[in-house]
Amino acid sequence: MEYAIEMNHIVQRFGEKEVLRGIDLKVQRGEIFGLLGPSGAGKTTLIKILTGQLCQTDGEAVLLGSDTKHAQKIHQKLGMMMDNFGLYERLSVNDNLKLFAGVYGVSRKKVDEALKKVGLIEDKKCPAMKLSKGMRSRLSLARAVMAEPEVLFLDEPTSGLDPVTASEIHQLIQQEQKRGATVFLTTHNMEEAHKLCNHVALLNDGMIVEYGEPEEVCRRYNHQNKLQIRLYDGKQIELPNNKEAADRIKEYLEEEAVETIHSTEPSLETVFMELTGRSFE
Amino acid sequence: MEMRNVAVIFQKQIKDTFKNKEILIQFVLFPLMAFIMEKLIQVEELPQNYFVNMFASMFVGMAPLVSIAAVISEEKEKNTLRVLMMSGVKPSEYLLGVGSYIWIACMVGALAMGMTGNYKGRELVVFLVVMGVGILASMLIGAAIGTLSRNQMMATSLTVPVMMVFAFLPMLAGFNENIKKIAKVAYSEQVGILIGRVGAFHVGFENVFVIVGNMLIAVLVFRYAYRKCGLA
Repeated sequence: MEYAIEMNHIVQRFGEKEVLRGIDLKVQRGEIFGLLGPSGAGKTTLIKILTGQLCQTDGEAVLLGSDTKHAQKIHQKLGMMMDNFGLYERLSVNDNLKLFAGVYGVSRKKVDEALKKVGLIEDKKCPAMKLSKGMRSRLSLARAVMAEPEVLFLDEPTSGLDPVTASEIHQLIQQEQKRGATVFLTTHNMEEAHKLCNHVALLNDGMIVEYGEPEEVCRRYNHQNKLQIRLYDGKQIELPNNKEAADRIKEYLEEEAVETIHSTEPSLETVFMELTGRSFE
Repeated sequence: MEMRNVAVIFQKQIKDTFKNKEILIQFVLFPLMAFIMEKLIQVEELPQNYFVNMFASMFVGMAPLVSIAAVISEEKEKNTLRVLMMSGVKPSEYLLGVGSYIWIACMVGALAMGMTGNYKGRELVVFLVVMGVGILASMLIGAAIGTLSRNQMMATSLTVPVMMVFAFLPMLAGFNENIKKIAKVAYSEQVGILIGRVGAFHVGFENVFVIVGNMLIAVLVFRYAYRKCGLA
């Protein structure tokens, strides 16, 4: 299978400090891949290497079949939304996109299409400096997707946004995947990763400590394997998740005493904590 | 090099400048000052076109240098330059787009000054050629400063002393012989000297040597800055 992204033993040092320590990673075409980790784990450095903004100290990174050291050849196939948006503050929403439509060589029609897609068509004449943070995110995303890139890099796309705006951005990311784009996103929002990603990698101190489908990763660390039941009378009960507990659960159900019932599989965050002893924040 | 990208950057710069008062004022201030002073102050002892010539050499030393350094450093600070580079715009295309815009905008100011000075025909052409060369030298220095700077604040702190030297030396040289001796090594002073004899135009070895020498130094500084910091 030809992968959209392949990284073989990537090492990145800044002076004495080793920021990435032998990263091996493959991202399939058409998938949403999530790179998760706390601030300072090396997520942005990895994106910079993949997009050719930074040359790795050691190892090989291949993007769409090209070595990322020559990434300028494939820049037209990439869309990018970085943590600081890189918008022309004094120019209008429309002019910001028209500028890049000119660079990408796409028709002006695509500008309106992209603005409609992100819900900014009504604000097309508004200067970028007057937009809220959520609107700036959407404008930045519109710019990234306007030329229908093959690979979309999203660095913390919903960081600091309200849940409604974040959800709108999630929908846009899923639409891009349906179109056929490969999405490489970094986040420290576990819910976001669980909801969107086909595969995730947990990055800590420059190393990938776990990789897989979000559900599968969580199941792998389901050591407790218990059921937690909360009854209407306020009692909390924990039972082993096996046949011995079946009769007691049946009793509670027959008595209509169960308010909530949950299995105790871990979240990505608890997996990360188990592996590293630290949280994402 | 793709001329389409150069044209896109050029157009972006036109739109942005009309909304950027700090840059716009650089293009307008000296031509306007020259016009006002030339029309308002009529002193017989002063040489012909005294104010036009003085403000023209100040314009050469200030406007292009400050404008290009401000544009590049702002784009670096706001991350827009990085986004452009990541979209496939080459550094040479960006510099040509921004540079050609600033050069043309400054030449419009130079033309206005030439008209204020009533230069016509050959005199006007010579005036514009001298201004054009001086503006180019200034732009090279400004581009080096912009490239070397991480943000606008750093660019300003580097631009102000450099601009003060190149913009004000020609004026101060007119008042003090000792300063005049030192000022001769600055391209802006040589531009001032050439403008002062537009009517009976001749270019001396010293004029060419200093202007070309200044431009070469600016190219070397820019090369160093580009290698050290990169454009984005």
